[in-house]
Amino acid sequence: MSVARLRALLAALLWAPATLLAAEAGHPLDRAPIEPRDLVSLQAGARTFVNYCLNCHGAQYMRYNRLTDLGLSEAQIRDNLMFAADKVGETMKVAMSVKDGKAWFGVPPPDLSVIARSRGADWLYTYLRTFHRDDKTASGWNNKVFPNVAMPHALWTLQREQAAVQYDRTVRDLVNFLVYLGEPAALQRKSIGIVVLFVLGVLFVLAYAMKKAFWKDIR
Amino acid sequence: MASRLMALWEWFDARMPSVAEEWRKHASEYYAPKNFNFWYYFGVLSMLVLAIQIVSGIFLTMNYKPDAGLAFGSVEFIMRDVPGGWIIRYIHSTGGSAFFVVVYLHMFRALLYGSHREPRELIWIFGVLIYLTLMAEAFLGYLLPWGQMSYWGAQVIVNLFAVVPYIGPDLALWIRGDYVVSDATLNRFFALHVIALPLVLLGLVVAHILALHDVGSNNPDGVEIKKHKDARGRPLDGIPFHPYYTVKDTVGAVVFLAIFCVVMFFTPEVGGYFLEHNNFIPADPLKTPDHIAPLWYFTPYYSILRAVPPLFNSQFPGVLAMGIAVLILFFLPWLDRSPVKSIRYRGAYYKIALALFVAAFLVLGYLGIEKTTVWGQFAAAEGSLMDRMLDTKDRATWVARVCTVLYFAFFILMPWYTARDKVKPVPDRVTM
Amino acid sequence: MSDKQKVDKTRRNLVVATSVVGGAACVGAAVPFITSMLPSERAKAAGAPVEVDISQIGPGELKVFEWRGKPVWVIRRTPDMLDSLKAVAGKLTDPASKSSLQPQYAANEYRSLKPDVMVMEGVCTHLGCSPQMKPADAKAEMGGDWAGGFYCACHGSKFDLAGRVFRGAPAPTNLTVPPYAFLSDGTLLIGDDQKRA
Repeated sequence: MSVARLRALLAALLWAPATLLAAEAGHPLDRAPIEPRDLVSLQAGARTFVNYCLNCHGAQYMRYNRLTDLGLSEAQIRDNLMFAADKVGETMKVAMSVKDGKAWFGVPPPDLSVIARSRGADWLYTYLRTFHRDDKTASGWNNKVFPNVAMPHALWTLQREQAAVQYDRTVRDLVNFLVYLGEPAALQRKSIGIVVLFVLGVLFVLAYAMKKAFWKDIR
Repeated sequence: MASRLMALWEWFDARMPSVAEEWRKHASEYYAPKNFNFWYYFGVLSMLVLAIQIVSGIFLTMNYKPDAGLAFGSVEFIMRDVPGGWIIRYIHSTGGSAFFVVVYLHMFRALLYGSHREPRELIWIFGVLIYLTLMAEAFLGYLLPWGQMSYWGAQVIVNLFAVVPYIGPDLALWIRGDYVVSDATLNRFFALHVIALPLVLLGLVVAHILALHDVGSNNPDGVEIKKHKDARGRPLDGIPFHPYYTVKDTVGAVVFLAIFCVVMFFTPEVGGYFLEHNNFIPADPLKTPDHIAPLWYFTPYYSILRAVPPLFNSQFPGVLAMGIAVLILFFLPWLDRSPVKSIRYRGAYYKIALALFVAAFLVLGYLGIEKTTVWGQFAAAEGSLMDRMLDTKDRATWVARVCTVLYFAFFILMPWYTARDKVKPVPDRVTM
Repeated sequence: MSDKQKVDKTRRNLVVATSVVGGAACVGAAVPFITSMLPSERAKAAGAPVEVDISQIGPGELKVFEWRGKPVWVIRRTPDMLDSLKAVAGKLTDPASKSSLQPQYAANEYRSLKPDVMVMEGVCTHLGCSPQMKPADAKAEMGGDWAGGFYCACHGSKFDLAGRVFRGAPAPTNLTVPPYAFLSDGTLLIGDDQKRA
């Protein structure tokens, strides 16, 4: 085979994968308009979480006192957000037992500590806004993003009370909080990263100058 | 005070092999070619990543619990409750992928400049052994977080051993220590990942470097610098490794660390390629995730495995093909029959073959990430061998098969095309 | 200065500069590794102060609570017990608790916030065994002039009803008094004296 033909084969191979991009099956996801630095949003999300989610779900890897990250004092956390624990250093364990969860829902409700890292913010944001009534299911609810999910529409009272735009904001705040819950150190990570890169930048300039100084006479 | 230090040093020196001599042999009087280019950073960077992984690994072991009921939680404990733990975890996860980036580029350098050729075959062999050990080390380490991907990835790969004829199922049982991947498997993988394989890796790296320093380094021109020495026996085209390359590699290391830190601090998951999304779900032996894929650095071999259809009612040919795809690397020094080492002086055949090989490897890697619903299905279960081999209509399987053929052709046809290649005259001395 | 000397000087300066910044970067990189060995949030939560109910402790009685894995004794001292403290002062190694560990509000003659409630760690200051209470009537085994206190069976140290060590014991100092506070007459917070807001 000639060189030209081999080159054509090479080009074809490199472009082939582009035609194979498989579309993600399922309901299209809305982008979650979350802002990780918005403490007010995060606090609202924390309140929704504790009031509506912690009855069935746990967040067993998260300690209550870590919520001081959100600009709350330990007293505020204790007074407003702790229903199932005594000490502020405790973890957000679920009130319900695994056995009961399995009996009532078929599957025990999963722990939500890192749900935002496995599902993603967009999925959660769309999921919490696409529940609808369905008489054929055990709970009477179904969901467009997760068909035949065992979870009932835990936020249905909120959705009933609030206008659509306000409910979207409530869910946005909750998802914002869930993203924070998945990785509380995220903001700190980024700010440390900037400092580190700056130091490495300085180090690069010096190391490069040093290299040039030593290599001047090598030809 | 100074004289007392001197006396202490002399006491030590009289009882140990000369440290000064070793320093001279391996650094200040190790003459390396002066024309090292970009491709020559990756050896040192591999050592740097090895050191990073060992140090971060040790500190992770201080808090990680190798128990099926506690492992997943202990990783989140490190991420949240251990002061600075999240940094150490991300260093180790980024480092695991960085290791393969650096090692693949290091191996590619050998293919470019003929660093595997005589008299450096043993360096290459130690290198391939390091690569195999590294793959095992990564596979073992990936079970430890005990997420869904960890569990099912291990389950699938250990089951590959069950496909070996006659001894397969017993072999898989012995590896697992149980009928399915379980706590027993986790504990032994932990022991191997933390102690056994790092020791093997360190030993092989030492052997790799000793073999290199004995023969001397290759260079982008493939010219043997020891052929032309000055009156004092030093290669004319050589410069002492220290200070020239210690200084140059410092720059390389800083650039590498900057890229490493960009990933680590701003996008440690790399869209799910370095830290897979499904691995944030605790392992569930009763529920397989929709889409099991190995980490990106194994995907080319995974594609080869999936591209080969079942033959003679067995999946073994696919496993064999995958195994040979890696092991064939050992034979490279003897497959390459070119009279010249460096690609700079080789003809078009080798350049095209290498380009096709790289393209095939990358495409296979990409395809390894694709879901099994896209390709890898072998629809016709009966019919003649020919029918079954041509059965699937989807393009992905065909591309994978073509790329697998190209991958093997690079090696199998090498004795033929390297001998027939039109080479250019090799200079006597290095070119800068 | 010759050209070569200038080059050498430049090289040395750059080596120094790079080493200094590189060294600082290494120290910075070491920080998370070193801090990772500090107590984790879990350890700190487990070591958090405990709220205990002392309302049921009768006069002369001792109740044991746990804080940071250690036994903490709470004794409801009677007036007789308090009187005995003055009598034994001459036999003590550290009667004024100058070398011993207690919060500033327990550096008084009773070693406590309130005279009738004694709070101290039940851990012998010799090698860590937990002593046993020997009330004033245990004169048969403790000796005729025993006025009540504690005896450590491991190596024979004796302590009075304020945890102060008797002379001749291997234990060097008085029993440690932890930080504590009254949340109410019947409730103590052991481990923290800044009362919770």
